[in-house]
Amino acid sequence: MFCYIKRLKKIIVSTLGVLLFFTTQLFGIELNMYYPVAVGGSLTKIVDGMVDEFEKKNPDVKVNAIYAGNYNDARIKALAALKSGKPAQLSVMFSIDIYELIEQDAIVPFDDLVSTYEDKAWLYSFYPTLMQNGVTDGKVWGIPFQRSTIVMYYNKDMFRKAGLNPNKPPKDWDELVSYGKKIVDSTSSWGVMIPSTGYPYWMFGALTMQNDQVLMNGDGNKTYFDHPSVVGALQYWHDLGNKHKVMPSGTIEWGTLRKNFLEGKTAMMWHSTGNLTTVKKNAKFDFGVAMLPASKRRGTPTGGGNFYIFKNTSAAEKKASLRLIKFMTSPEQAAHWSKSTGYMGVSPASYQTSSLTNYVKTFPPALVARDQLKFATAELSTFQTGRVRKLLDDAIQSVLTGNNSPSSALKKAQMSADKLLKRYR
Amino acid sequence: MFKNNLHHIYAWLLLSPALILMGTFTHIPSILTLISSFFSTGTKKFPSKFVGIENYEMIFDDPIFLEAVINNIWYAIATIVPSIILAILMALIVDSKLSGRVLVRMAYFTPTILPMIAVSNIWLFFYTPEIGLMDQIATNLGFNSQNWLGDKDTVLNCIILITIWKEAGFFMIFYLAALQNIPPELKEAAFLEGSSKFYFFRRITFPLLMPITLFVLINATLNSFKLVDHLFILTKGGPDNASNLILYYIYETAFSFLDSSYAATLTIFLLFALAIISIVQFMFFDKRTHYR
Repeated sequence: MFCYIKRLKKIIVSTLGVLLFFTTQLFGIELNMYYPVAVGGSLTKIVDGMVDEFEKKNPDVKVNAIYAGNYNDARIKALAALKSGKPAQLSVMFSIDIYELIEQDAIVPFDDLVSTYEDKAWLYSFYPTLMQNGVTDGKVWGIPFQRSTIVMYYNKDMFRKAGLNPNKPPKDWDELVSYGKKIVDSTSSWGVMIPSTGYPYWMFGALTMQNDQVLMNGDGNKTYFDHPSVVGALQYWHDLGNKHKVMPSGTIEWGTLRKNFLEGKTAMMWHSTGNLTTVKKNAKFDFGVAMLPASKRRGTPTGGGNFYIFKNTSAAEKKASLRLIKFMTSPEQAAHWSKSTGYMGVSPASYQTSSLTNYVKTFPPALVARDQLKFATAELSTFQTGRVRKLLDDAIQSVLTGNNSPSSALKKAQMSADKLLKRYR
Repeated sequence: MFKNNLHHIYAWLLLSPALILMGTFTHIPSILTLISSFFSTGTKKFPSKFVGIENYEMIFDDPIFLEAVINNIWYAIATIVPSIILAILMALIVDSKLSGRVLVRMAYFTPTILPMIAVSNIWLFFYTPEIGLMDQIATNLGFNSQNWLGDKDTVLNCIILITIWKEAGFFMIFYLAALQNIPPELKEAAFLEGSSKFYFFRRITFPLLMPITLFVLINATLNSFKLVDHLFILTKGGPDNASNLILYYIYETAFSFLDSSYAATLTIFLLFALAIISIVQFMFFDKRTHYR
């Protein structure tokens, strides 16, 4: 009996060995890819599905798509893998990580990898606004993949209840306030919620752009936090909760906001387009999606993740990574990705595929993010981006919780940012 | 002579597993941390260089760290004392002759075995304004809706509450074990002498629990500087650093700001602070503790 088990063990071990040998033979190249999920939902399944399809078409490449938490976690894991000497070959990471990744000498520009005319044209096939966060120093470092803008989701049933036209969402800041007041007066819900934890600087980027001012320059070494239009934007955000009372005062949690909206506790919410499909699936009421309201103009930052290729990989791996990225961002895949998540199609061509044209015909809200792109700007991204972002986040939160005035909080943030960025000028 | 040598080898062999593990995961990293705290963080443009005590000077010029330290001191006091009192109370309850006490013991211990991250996700929804459990109870009792985690005045106390809830059950186990070690003759003798229950607890039970209290106290203190898992889910140290704690700030410095040298400096600072606190606790309580 004992002998029998021993023999069985031997057989199993040798079979496994042979199997391992053949798999490494079969899959010439193995790629590790980290990717983040920021809005929840079943995004991991969708990514896995796309990767499977790529492997079917490219049997010589094996891809390990590794879900790595939120954007912060993904960056940490990728950089840790890099330092441990067993790096991933490519990764989806926050589009605004670009300066940090360059500073860490972690990534290569795509310009160095593309050689054919066709590949070069591919680099320019994406929406230019989406490329803003991926280009610096005249080179392309990030390819847009899981990209979003901020849109306004609103509860049409609640609009009707408050005597508002459900097909006319507020188009400017004044209307947002007056509509909000009507809703607060006639229902037991809040008018609007703008999340201020997690990514407050991102929501703020929308308000400042609407006030016709960007937050930083294109070289990532100067911020404009104390510009009067920026101060005005923060004043407006503060007033929504503390003066007009159409929004709860204090900070509003990013993670639970969607639930608040779905439970009908707020008539409008500002959130990533990445939530669209989940909201569509779970909303038990008639809802609409609108562009964010304007002050001097409409505006939103883009957001989300780009593909990066790591420096510390062999030429063959880089080539295979490029192939994978080209597949994942191809019009058909981008259309599929957009349909199943709500993130936008990253290229104009993706909106011309039959699958996405048919989808937006039955579900027009899916177009809002794309149409808003022409008003969009880059997301806050500078050298020392973690610290600079925290400075702005803290300033915003100190104002929203009523502990500081917009002008003094932002002046302080600007002074500290200047101190950090001085040596990059 | 030979025999003596053999003894030495024997001793070192016995020590080696612990030595290797402690060395790899505690002592060598600590020394490396100390060394890197004297260098600047290297990047492509600005390679790492020796900066002496510049990183340490930065600590005193860092308002966020100061805020984290103050928060942490309050967090420590406000979690340690209530969780120890609660632990003793719970241990006394489940040590008495109570029907269904196995169930009660399990109920008290459950928070301890749940992973902090999972627990935080549940509490996040408890604290959510309007739809959360806290708010539903409060509004039903006629109070106003409260933005628990979104208000600088309440956020830290909300975090503290979770920590107490999580830790008290764990400490209860130690007290329960200690209570069951107290010889029943003492109780019988005391009641024959006519002492009240409270007097018995004050003069006999509590002093006999002192060694455990010392142990729990040191553990609770260390935990209050170590336990920050819930911040990742609940507040990320916000709003405006109102719930930022030292270890979370170190994590942020290292992995969000990618400034490993300054993070190393803060770590050394924390290490020394904890060492001093532990030494003081041992010296102070050792005199007041009766070991059997």
